[in-house]
Amino acid sequence: MNYNNDTIVALATASGAGAVAIIRLSGEAAITIADANFQSVKKNKSLTTQKTHTIHLGHIMDGKRTIDEVLVSVFKNPNSYTGENVVEISCHGSIYIQQEIIQLFLRNGCRMANAGEFTLRAFLNAKLDLSQAEAVADLIASDNEASHQIAMQQMRGGFSSEIAKLREELMNFASLIELELDFAEEDVEFADRTQFKELIVRIEFVLKRLIDSFAVGNVIKNGIPVAIVGEPNVGKSTLLNALLNEERAIVSDIAGTTRDTIEDELVIEGIGFRFIDTAGIRETEDVVESIGIKKTFEKMEQAQVVVLLFSAEEFKTESKRLKVEIEKIKNRFPLKPLIIISNKVDTLNEAELSTLKSQFEELHLLSAKTGVGVEELKEKLIGFVNTGALRNNETIVTNTRHYDSLLKAFQEINSVKSGLETGISGDLLAIDVRQALYHFGEITGTITSDDLLGNIFANFCIGK
Amino acid sequence: MFNEIYDVIVVGGGHAGSEAAASAANMGSKTLLITMNLQNIAQMSCNPAMGGIAKGQIVREIDALGGYSGIVSDTSAIQFKMLNKSKGPAMWSPRVQSDRMRFAEDWRLLLEKTKNLDFYQEMVSGLIVENGKIAGVKTSLGIEVRAKSVVLTNGTFLNGLIHIGDKNFGGGRAGERAATGITEQLVNLGFESGRMKTGTPPRVDGRSLDFSKMAEQPGDAVPEKFSYLDITKPLEYQRSCYMAHTSELVHDLLREGFDRSPMFNGRIKSLGPRYCPSIEDKINRFSDKNSHQLFVEPEGWNTVEMYVNGFSTSLPEDVQFKAMRSIVGFENVKFFRPGYAIEYDYFPPTQLKHTLETKLVEGLYFAGQINGTTGYEEAASQGLMAGINAALKVKEKDPFILQRNEAYIGVLVDDLITKGTEEPYRMFTSRAEYRTLLRQDNADFRLTPRGYDLGLASEKRLRRMEEKLDASEKFVQFFKDTSVTKEEANPVLEAKDSAAVKQQGKMHKIFARPNITIEDMRKIESVDNYIKEHNLDREIIEQTEIQVKYAGYIDKEKNNADKLSRLENIKIPANFDYSKLQSMSLEAREKLNKIQPVTISQASRVSGVSPADISVLLVYMGR
Repeated sequence: MNYNNDTIVALATASGAGAVAIIRLSGEAAITIADANFQSVKKNKSLTTQKTHTIHLGHIMDGKRTIDEVLVSVFKNPNSYTGENVVEISCHGSIYIQQEIIQLFLRNGCRMANAGEFTLRAFLNAKLDLSQAEAVADLIASDNEASHQIAMQQMRGGFSSEIAKLREELMNFASLIELELDFAEEDVEFADRTQFKELIVRIEFVLKRLIDSFAVGNVIKNGIPVAIVGEPNVGKSTLLNALLNEERAIVSDIAGTTRDTIEDELVIEGIGFRFIDTAGIRETEDVVESIGIKKTFEKMEQAQVVVLLFSAEEFKTESKRLKVEIEKIKNRFPLKPLIIISNKVDTLNEAELSTLKSQFEELHLLSAKTGVGVEELKEKLIGFVNTGALRNNETIVTNTRHYDSLLKAFQEINSVKSGLETGISGDLLAIDVRQALYHFGEITGTITSDDLLGNIFANFCIGK
Repeated sequence: MFNEIYDVIVVGGGHAGSEAAASAANMGSKTLLITMNLQNIAQMSCNPAMGGIAKGQIVREIDALGGYSGIVSDTSAIQFKMLNKSKGPAMWSPRVQSDRMRFAEDWRLLLEKTKNLDFYQEMVSGLIVENGKIAGVKTSLGIEVRAKSVVLTNGTFLNGLIHIGDKNFGGGRAGERAATGITEQLVNLGFESGRMKTGTPPRVDGRSLDFSKMAEQPGDAVPEKFSYLDITKPLEYQRSCYMAHTSELVHDLLREGFDRSPMFNGRIKSLGPRYCPSIEDKINRFSDKNSHQLFVEPEGWNTVEMYVNGFSTSLPEDVQFKAMRSIVGFENVKFFRPGYAIEYDYFPPTQLKHTLETKLVEGLYFAGQINGTTGYEEAASQGLMAGINAALKVKEKDPFILQRNEAYIGVLVDDLITKGTEEPYRMFTSRAEYRTLLRQDNADFRLTPRGYDLGLASEKRLRRMEEKLDASEKFVQFFKDTSVTKEEANPVLEAKDSAAVKQQGKMHKIFARPNITIEDMRKIESVDNYIKEHNLDREIIEQTEIQVKYAGYIDKEKNNADKLSRLENIKIPANFDYSKLQSMSLEAREKLNKIQPVTISQASRVSGVSPADISVLLVYMGR
């Protein structure tokens, strides 16, 4: 928590891919930081010497590497939205570019803005009047609520629990160090520096890996894998096209044979999904087909959501076989989110629809042709992300925040490491360890010195 | 008998009461110290020692502000040790073993010499409260003494109940009766009260011990002292302590009495400190440990009485005795008195302001164990702060509050009033976020100017501090400005297996290397010459060494602390009504309404308050 005049950065436009996105920086150093990473098309033009309310064409540079061609708007304190120095960068709308630019600024002196923080600053600088306070407070509370929920969901996922585990190990060592400091006179064991070093190296490795994975936008690039299981004629491509219709998305076709997989990528509300087309799992004697079925199961294994797609026709004529197939998939992947879709429901009459509904209770009715049920399908997919049913590492919105914390924790862990190498005393090591714990705490929860003492009293016999 | 209206009445004459009385009187307030027995002023009810890790820093802080604990600790010391000397300077912690009788006597004599201070021996059984303001006290004989403010420092005396095995009886300390009446009245006034427990080990006859079977623990070869003033001197002679160990046999004998232990049979319900467990607690909770350390500490220069530190117990006296006789070196031990546990009333300290004034009754202050703390040093520092603030209030001056990055005393008070405490609260260095700044060597830099402004620290004290500051700053500058040739530097570095330098460079660079000390640096002629020319004493040399060697860490912590102080500067209006903040979590609203934090920073330390709650609060307050 820093309610001071440090410089914050965040995406100002809605998350997700668009034609253009705006990234906003606010704070005393906003213009200097932007300038340091900006090269104007005009030679020797510096943003710091420009007038307020001016726009400049140029490139955002990461060292010598060009990230994007952008337009930069400069607003000077106090004539800006927040009342501080503000820079708005209009860049191209790809999520990858947005993240690259934000991460560049995080590495160069900005901090990720907290939910509602631009508005908060605007209020604190008397840019909003008091009657708006309630609205702002609600906004912050609800935003934090949402991000908190997402964070909690992520706790169940891979990386947060990994951090939580490392944090706990680091806490234990921090306790051991405090123990040898505060209870030096007593009969206590000392923190084993070799073990501590091993832990630090391990933490460093994990942090590095996580930081790298975010820096490249791994998750953003790859999206969440969704396996679409269905026969070739059930309308998979029509369904994908229907999903794509309203979304500005990147579609890439990795063509294969009919029995191989085809992948389509699309972005729904800022979350990338990768659709993996598979053959069905119809029982067969054919050797080639059996290989196809084996492959389908492999793909389902890798996917985080499975979509079973049948045509309404099939439901009508082969309901028994379908029930067997659904059971088979459920038994094999009991924890995997599964959506069962009946496509082409426009071909059915009212009576047929109600029979279908009574036979398959969790059936998602859809017509790729007319668009019925497409919105609901999108909501369902996004719903898996928000409820944590998808065990993906990260979502796009919050990972930049975490990236910020990870970066800081990494720096502190590095100081601990060099401190251990020079053999400095525990109280000095503890300064960096506490800071690292603090940054871990930003991801997993909070830390106070009481936690350390509680840990000590619970685990060690101390006291004369 | 009492016709005048006192500025400050201090109830209780322990460590808290003595410091409170001294500080209020020294600041010019007409002060009365009332205690149940004037022969027992500043008793060390538990171990005969002052200071230790984090506590030694507190004593230095008290001294720097102009309190008496440091001086008395020096004059009554029988042994001095600087603990944790192998660690960074923030951990160096002075501790003395004390002559228990001399400690009390020196305190009493110092108080008698203090202007504006009267004494009276009686039990205070009630408070006079008028219109929500304190107006004086009532004694058990019915005498009323009127005052503008009252500091309560009742220690373990409020409804004190002593336990030894299955016996228990009322008492405030071994051989002294308990105080009654005050708790009941305060509860009627709306205060919340609770019970706490603490314990003490047996005192034994030194003549009955075989010290040849124990490990001798002498004091430091070059002892230092607590007070920054030169009116006290380091010890020339010292007495040793001795270390002994319990064994499985001892543990088995103690276990035999567990069924009669008030700790285990439910007779003692209140919580004792986890970091100061009784011997039965240690055996019970850590059954895999087959031996525990015991420290045998002399009670004074001349007495034969010994304190068996580590053997705190409330087991039946026959069990205590039998078990102790099976400790190596204690085969023939004779008891002066058995160990015991004591339960007493305390008032959860969240009912106080940062000045230690109660929120409910204006002009009423609490200090010491009544606030749920343990330890002489913790008590003394609260007494000092309560005495100062009572005096300031009477003079209608701004309160005196220390921040968490200014002093351990600041951490102590803020922890108490913000978080409260469930078990007796003791200071640890890990409780301080910025301990690298809160060192024993710089308490005078941090606090003496503050104490001087209060009229508490003498001008002489301030001058001494300024001289030390000036001389050490100049010496630091010398290391920054002066170059050393590689011919001069390399032999010094070689001797310490530190990499050689290739060219001439500034001295502070090699001095900053981890294992290079001032002793190594003195081998360079110009350093030694500087020290001799300027006639620098140990304190200034040490201060310089710390400033040069730990500059990086100190600066880092200063930066971290500065971030905190920005939030510390945002004040919350008094009696802020949190219940109207619908956007804030219910738990946060309830907690904040109860604690009524003064700043945003304090609010963020209240348990159950999230960063989101703080954002909401910031918005509502504007700035």
